[in-house]
Order: sequence, then structure tokens, then C-alpha cells
Amino acid sequence: MTAEEKYVAAAYLVVFAFLLVYVVLIAAKLSRLQRDVEELAQLARKRRPAGDG
Amino acid sequence: MLAATAAFALAVAAVALVFFYAPVDQDGLNQKIFYFHVPIALTAYAGFGLGALKGFLYLWKGDPERDLESYVAVHQGVIFGLLTLVTGSIWAKVSWGHWWEWGDRQLVLFLILFLFYAAYFMLRFSIEPGPQRASISAVFALFGVVLIPISFLAIRLAKSLVHPVTFTRAGPQMSGSQFATFLVCLAAMLSIGFALYRIELAGKRLDARLKELRELLA
Repeated sequence: MTAEEKYVAAAYLVVFAFLLVYVVLIAAKLSRLQRDVEELAQLARKRRPAGDG
Repeated sequence: MLAATAAFALAVAAVALVFFYAPVDQDGLNQKIFYFHVPIALTAYAGFGLGALKGFLYLWKGDPERDLESYVAVHQGVIFGLLTLVTGSIWAKVSWGHWWEWGDRQLVLFLILFLFYAAYFMLRFSIEPGPQRASISAVFALFGVVLIPISFLAIRLAKSLVHPVTFTRAGPQMSGSQFATFLVCLAAMLSIGFALYRIELAGKRLDARLKELRELLA
């Protein structure tokens, strides 16, 4: 592999790695939001007056 | 979901065209970086431009949603701006033998534009959330957009042309197959930028709604 080929591969890897990191961060945020929704749903269930529904 | 699927399909097509269709020119294999570097830079400009437009709409209508959209667009612009600097430096290392050229006005102006918008976040998060923060952020985003045409035209105004000129008044200085590949790469990068913008915006909106719900249930 020539030096030029290595640099071209590095440039494409940087873009790919950025996209990968972004997807991982979005996935982490999604799991946090799911936990928050679950927590709020539990809170809402606890607050529901007895005998309702 | 549609935007993300289109972005993925276009990105796959773009990489295939770059490596299996577009011919290698006198710049050698290094020219393959151009196909992603320039669209990434244009996507960064689009992010900054959209941020300024949404900022302007916030100042006009006062809708907090426009402030959030402006913030997310500037965030995308900064991310793509960083990628522009990194991929451009790798290209420069092969072509010029060094990572950076302080004599190139377009490079320096792009760096100034990038640092200006990086400072946007320091300013934004140093102010308490509310209308004042939104207004100051909008004005800052609008000021930055002035640098975009200067940065874009700098290469043509420069006396010493270090940065290669591909798009001139006579049209693109490349073959038809190279230009077609470039257009697919540009569409791919703009789609990726747009999909990331939509995803990040949806996340921020959901976050805000959950915060409201939490306050209501507390």
C-alpha cells in the first residue's frame, strides 16, 4: 500500500468513523429517552386515583 | 426514516462511483478525497446558512421552535466544518506535503468561520435559557453567515492560488463522469446532513416534551 493510498483510506475512514460515532451517540440518547418515558409512565400510573380504569 | 434511508443509499452509490466509475486524473488517487471533501464543506455551509435563516425567522416571529432549529443547524454545520478541516488537511498532506497552508486565504477564512460558529456554543450556554438567549444566539448566527460568501469567494480573490480551482465561470474543470460522481456525492452528503439534522431535532424536541411532562407530574 502506497502512502497516497493510506492517506485516501484515512480520509474515508475519518468520515465513516464520524458517522459511526454519531449513530452510537443517537442510539445512547434513544435508550436514555426510552428509560425516561418508562419512568414517567410509572410515575403517572402511581398518581392515577384508585379505582380509575 | 425516509431521509436516513435515502442518505444511506446515496452514500453507498457515491462510494461505488468514486472507486469504480470516476477516472483517476493528474492529481492521482488523492483526487478521490475531493469527492467527499467538497460536498462536506458545502454541507457545512448549508448548516450555517440554515442556522442563520432559522435565527432570522426566530427574530421575526419569536417562535422558540425556530431557535431550536437554528441551534441544531449550526451544530450540524460545526460537525461538518470539522470534517472539512480534517479531510482537507489529509488531502493537503499528500498534495502539498504539509497539513496546513497559512498562505491560503480560503483555508484560513474557513477556519475563522468554523471557530466563529464554535464560539456560538460558548455564547449560547453561557446564558440562561429563555428569549434573551434565543435572540442573542439568532443574531450571532446571522452575523456568521456573512463570512460564508467571503469564504466561498476567497479562492477567486486570492492573489496566490494555492487551493485548486475546480469550479470556474467556464464550468466545472473535470470530465463528465467525474462531475456526475461529484453530484451524487454532493446529494449523498446533503442527505446525510439533512437526516442527521432531522434526527437530532426530533431527539431535542422529545427531550423538551419529556421535561415538560416531568414538571407536570412532579
